[in-house]
Amino acid sequence: MSEKLRLRFEKTGRAVYISHLDLMHTMQRAFNRAGYRLKYSEGFNPHPQIAIALPLSVGAASRCEIMDFKLLEDPDLAELPARLTAAMPEGVRVLEAYEPSRKVAELKWLRVEGLFEYDERDAGEMAAALADFFRQEQIVITKKTKRGMGETDIRPAIRESLFTPGDKLVNITATISAQEPTLNPELLAEALRQLRPELAPDFAKFTRLETYDAEMEIYR
Amino acid sequence: MDKRLERILPRVQKPARYTGGEYNQIIKDKEQVELRLAFCFPDTYEIGMSNLGMSILYHTMNSLPFLWCERVYAPWGDMYEEMKKAGIPLYALESGDPVSQFDSLAFSIGYEMAYTTVLDMLDMAGIPLRSADRPGLLPLIWAGGTAAVNAEPMAPFMDLFVVGEGEEVDNEVMTLLRDAKRGGWSKQEFLVKAAQIQGVYVPSLYEVQYHEDGTIAAVTPRDGAPARVTKRIISDLDKVPFPTAPIVPSTEVVHDRVSLELFRGCPRGCRFCQAGHVYRPLRAKKPETLIRQGIESLENTGHEDVTLLSLSTSDYRQLPALCDGLLEYCEPRSIGLSLPSLRADNFSMEIMQRLQKVRKSGLTFAVEGGSQRLRDAVNKNVTEEDVLHTCSIAFAGGWNTVKLYYMLGLPTETDEDILGIAEMANQILHCWRVNAKNKNRGVKITVSTSCFIPKPQSPFQWEAQISLEEYLRRVNLLRSAITARNVTYNWHDAETSLIEAVLSKGDRRVADAIEEVWRQGGRLDAWTDYFSFQRWMDAFKTCGVDVDFYAHREAGKDEILPWDHIDVGVRKAHLWHEREMCYKSKLSPDCRHQCSACGAAKLLEGGIKCDE
Repeated sequence: MSEKLRLRFEKTGRAVYISHLDLMHTMQRAFNRAGYRLKYSEGFNPHPQIAIALPLSVGAASRCEIMDFKLLEDPDLAELPARLTAAMPEGVRVLEAYEPSRKVAELKWLRVEGLFEYDERDAGEMAAALADFFRQEQIVITKKTKRGMGETDIRPAIRESLFTPGDKLVNITATISAQEPTLNPELLAEALRQLRPELAPDFAKFTRLETYDAEMEIYR
Repeated sequence: MDKRLERILPRVQKPARYTGGEYNQIIKDKEQVELRLAFCFPDTYEIGMSNLGMSILYHTMNSLPFLWCERVYAPWGDMYEEMKKAGIPLYALESGDPVSQFDSLAFSIGYEMAYTTVLDMLDMAGIPLRSADRPGLLPLIWAGGTAAVNAEPMAPFMDLFVVGEGEEVDNEVMTLLRDAKRGGWSKQEFLVKAAQIQGVYVPSLYEVQYHEDGTIAAVTPRDGAPARVTKRIISDLDKVPFPTAPIVPSTEVVHDRVSLELFRGCPRGCRFCQAGHVYRPLRAKKPETLIRQGIESLENTGHEDVTLLSLSTSDYRQLPALCDGLLEYCEPRSIGLSLPSLRADNFSMEIMQRLQKVRKSGLTFAVEGGSQRLRDAVNKNVTEEDVLHTCSIAFAGGWNTVKLYYMLGLPTETDEDILGIAEMANQILHCWRVNAKNKNRGVKITVSTSCFIPKPQSPFQWEAQISLEEYLRRVNLLRSAITARNVTYNWHDAETSLIEAVLSKGDRRVADAIEEVWRQGGRLDAWTDYFSFQRWMDAFKTCGVDVDFYAHREAGKDEILPWDHIDVGVRKAHLWHEREMCYKSKLSPDCRHQCSACGAAKLLEGGIKCDE
């Protein structure tokens, strides 16, 4: 049996609509197709031991997904990414496989990029107003929590943000908290809908770019 | 991806079913193919992706180098609304291109309640519904599937139907269409030539005349079309291509596993059963073929389950050898093997015990009729003894759920037969008390009834359906007879069954009502979420379709039935004989004991014999 292994993979294109649960199942089958045998849990209802570090919302893309797993045999880690990618549906690409040295809990920040689309409004004005908005000391929004609707300040979960106007859209790059608290980047748009509807985009989408630890060193 | 689509997908339920991109999908260069075909399934992705026929034909048609066949499913209500609002037309999953750009649309129609969805998909693609309103050769709109055994209700909408198994005839039709497109033929020229292919039915080449009483006077072919269209079959199933790299959905569908088809046809001859008659003759695959195809499919898909399909799995002669061969591969890999539709006999129980070492799922029996007399009358060869014997083994082995399925309204059914259902449930309860090792867990017996629907090309094709009121009376009779607290009774409402009866037995005059239902918003009618009985009844009234005439009238022996010009192999005289045997409450032997010369064997080619 192998040690715990870690996979880094991309989920882009049409694959962004595969839900977290469906992705787990897709992964399981992709390993089967590629001829790798996942280790299953013991017990009455065995399931493969795979864990995706940070579940991704449906519709969001990522170039830095992390998944831990165990195999029944030791694989050749160098050939694993290409072999597994060949068994994936369109849009899922395995970047690397390795024995992890760090715990998932040490993953703290995510770098994301986003697009806010504005069909009728001036992108330059929007970009400037967005920068002002996200510079505030507090951004308190109402969101669903485990105990019903609650008020949350999302500002501490945004380490930095940059807004650049484009053609009918504003490009966003931001560093946001990945865990404790987890900030779904979709809440950046949601905050605008709640607090400054005139700045709320007609459509927003995000891509995760890179994972960092608490010291902003790249996390692997 | 289309910008408009990108905006709506995050808002709809389960968007992965609308995007394509699954593993094993077939992508071709659209500039390099001569024909683009939209293979349309008039129901949701989850249902369509579970359909083995769709999977087979997707791959056989894509084996034609000049053609690219892509999948199209009907969107669920939320997606439908969003697409309408955003002005997004029906599109194909592989390329994302609008279906309106395609050369042809082929529909797989497995059940009558899908008819309105067919019309809706045509409309979503921006294509006129009626064949007569589409003067050009392209797009060619055609259909196949079980519904083709009585194509008449959908006849005005389709340019042609294929009757029977599609693996060969579909490719012949597409090859002819390519020639027609190259040669610049008119639609008429193409259809007249297509009608010469065995298994192709071109409704516009048949004129139907009616008597004053509404029955059919004559069906007259023209332009050389055959008087009767003979169903196509594959004589040798071991040689026909079977896709061992089917598409693997990236989201959950109804049957998410490898399916292996053991045989086509059924030796049993239950008289109410359309499938048992229209899929004859009986042709089985060799276990070696199935084991090889099963292993290849498992390796190419990564599925963790494999299931064996056919109308009556335990009638497969080499079932033990097949199971052994598959288990040898499956067991060490934790792949599950399941067998649906087993019969209530010893042999099936043995197999089941071998397969389900851990999980004890429920036992299900399709008993159909409440008394032995009625079961004999409908030729359902299940005895109370079989059921009780199987139950006693199962209860002793730890099973504790039993489901019993019946039909109410079968020909010759009496109140006594109905009370027999309650009696059998009580017997099973008694059997549990005697045999169960651990009675603390209790037992759950569920009785379900549905309303009998007379089906074309079955021995009961002449029968009348009982009225809604009569069905309810029989339901209430049974309700009052079921008193034990471990026995639950569920009855399906008969409203859908009534509409199905009209559509099953309908002729071309029913088409207007189907269109009217669609115009009033009907689609996805197989779903209770969307089915509206009132909408159907209103449409029948508006279009002058007499429900009693189609559903509640017994047809005469010599009457021309709307589907008589479709030849599925089994002779009409055989069906009539079987019906007469019903009224004598007499069994007919199943094909394995004695061939009844039903006529289907004439379809076989190459010296192959039925059930060999």
